[in-house]
Amino acid sequence: MIEISHVNKWYSPTFQVLTDCTTSVTKGEVVVVCGPSGSGKSTLIKCVNALEPFQSGEITVDGTKVHDPKTNLPKLRSRVGMVFQHFELFPHLKIIDNLCLAQEKVLGRQHDKAQTKGMQLLERVGLKEQAQKFPAQLSGGQQQRVAIARALAMDPIVMLFDEPTSALDPEMVSEVLDVMVDLAREGMTMMVVTHEMGFARKVANRVIFMDRGEIVEDAPKDDFFGKPRSDRAQKFLSKILSH
Amino acid sequence: MLDNFDFDVIRRSLPYLFYEGMTFTLTLTALAALGGLIFGTAIALMRLSGYKLLGRIAGLYVDFMRSLPLVLVIFWFYFLVPYIGQWLTGSPRPIKVGAFASSLITFIMFEAAYFSEIMRAGIQSISRGQPAAANALGLTYAQTMRYVVLPQAFRNMLPVLLTQTIVLFQDTSLVYVLSIPDFLGAASKVAQRDGRLVEMYLFAAVVYFTISCIASFGVRRLQSRIAIIR
Repeated sequence: MIEISHVNKWYSPTFQVLTDCTTSVTKGEVVVVCGPSGSGKSTLIKCVNALEPFQSGEITVDGTKVHDPKTNLPKLRSRVGMVFQHFELFPHLKIIDNLCLAQEKVLGRQHDKAQTKGMQLLERVGLKEQAQKFPAQLSGGQQQRVAIARALAMDPIVMLFDEPTSALDPEMVSEVLDVMVDLAREGMTMMVVTHEMGFARKVANRVIFMDRGEIVEDAPKDDFFGKPRSDRAQKFLSKILSH
Repeated sequence: MLDNFDFDVIRRSLPYLFYEGMTFTLTLTALAALGGLIFGTAIALMRLSGYKLLGRIAGLYVDFMRSLPLVLVIFWFYFLVPYIGQWLTGSPRPIKVGAFASSLITFIMFEAAYFSEIMRAGIQSISRGQPAAANALGLTYAQTMRYVVLPQAFRNMLPVLLTQTIVLFQDTSLVYVLSIPDFLGAASKVAQRDGRLVEMYLFAAVVYFTISCIASFGVRRLQSRIAIIR
């Protein structure tokens, strides 16, 4: 589904953020990307739908080359759902309109069909009653669930999550993770940047550990948690699992 | 001392002052604000487009317009445009451009420079995550601007845009240099005709002051209402 091969990215000639990153996500797989902050994991996931450019290497999504200037990026992106750390709901639109906008403008769906789809998804994330409210009237956890529903409304073939719970108050983390766990169990292909190791343990197939722009470890979940091969990954795990 | 003044001249000229003068002033203000906003937004988008040449042209335009006194632009434009039109169309005579059309085009061009800076600040106030989220959903650049960025920028900047429009309302009085009967022009005509300069100019000042004050008050109320919604 997603093929990332030898991706390099520099912010300036002297500052390299991604170094020779190679990995893949196959259909139905849930891959968790973790690592210390500044390790390039968010940058890597944003390269997958070309929100961030990269200078060398290649990324293909469902056979389409992301880096190719001939690629119709809006079309490709409409098939790749993305959930952001800071939700990024459109504050001037009602919740239901947040879900309908891209359905109508990008996929060309009729308004009432988009509404029906939107309401179904809101019901699925448990927020049907909030449809007529504005994003600012919802809690962080609710906003993030709306953001997930908004991405799902496009019927994506893969979902990208960029630290979906990092900006949330602790008591709201689980309501978002529950939605994500359900999604994973239904067979959605997911690439998730997160520090939630509980989530990784529960549903991940593979865990990628990044440090200083490199993919240090790329292993099946049980191997990763059982006995990480690299010192850096061991150190990282012992730090975040010790509490 | 007030015995020497004839304030009845105001009452007698009211229909002329308002039906002709104020109608002209308000029409010019509204159309110039609308046109200025549309062109100003286009200029702001050019400046923020990331294309160096486009941004540079827009920047030069804004700097140029803001470095000239408005009166001069109105004056020049009125006398130059007929000749530019002649040159462009190759007609034997200077093209006739009415005083209204000429002043409207001038104000749109001039205000576009100011509105563009306001809209630019408005667009830059939107966090980068918003266009990123819109792009991630598959919206094109144009759709992202049209449905996500500009509505928010416009809303954030509405009080400033309206304040600028109040300034524009006062600035339209400068069309007197073309001897157009806007509100001030009409008042001035009556003043000269009846030799009642003090009365008419005083009255004109009171009218401009009252309208601007009420409008400013309205903007402040709107501002506080927006502040509650956000």
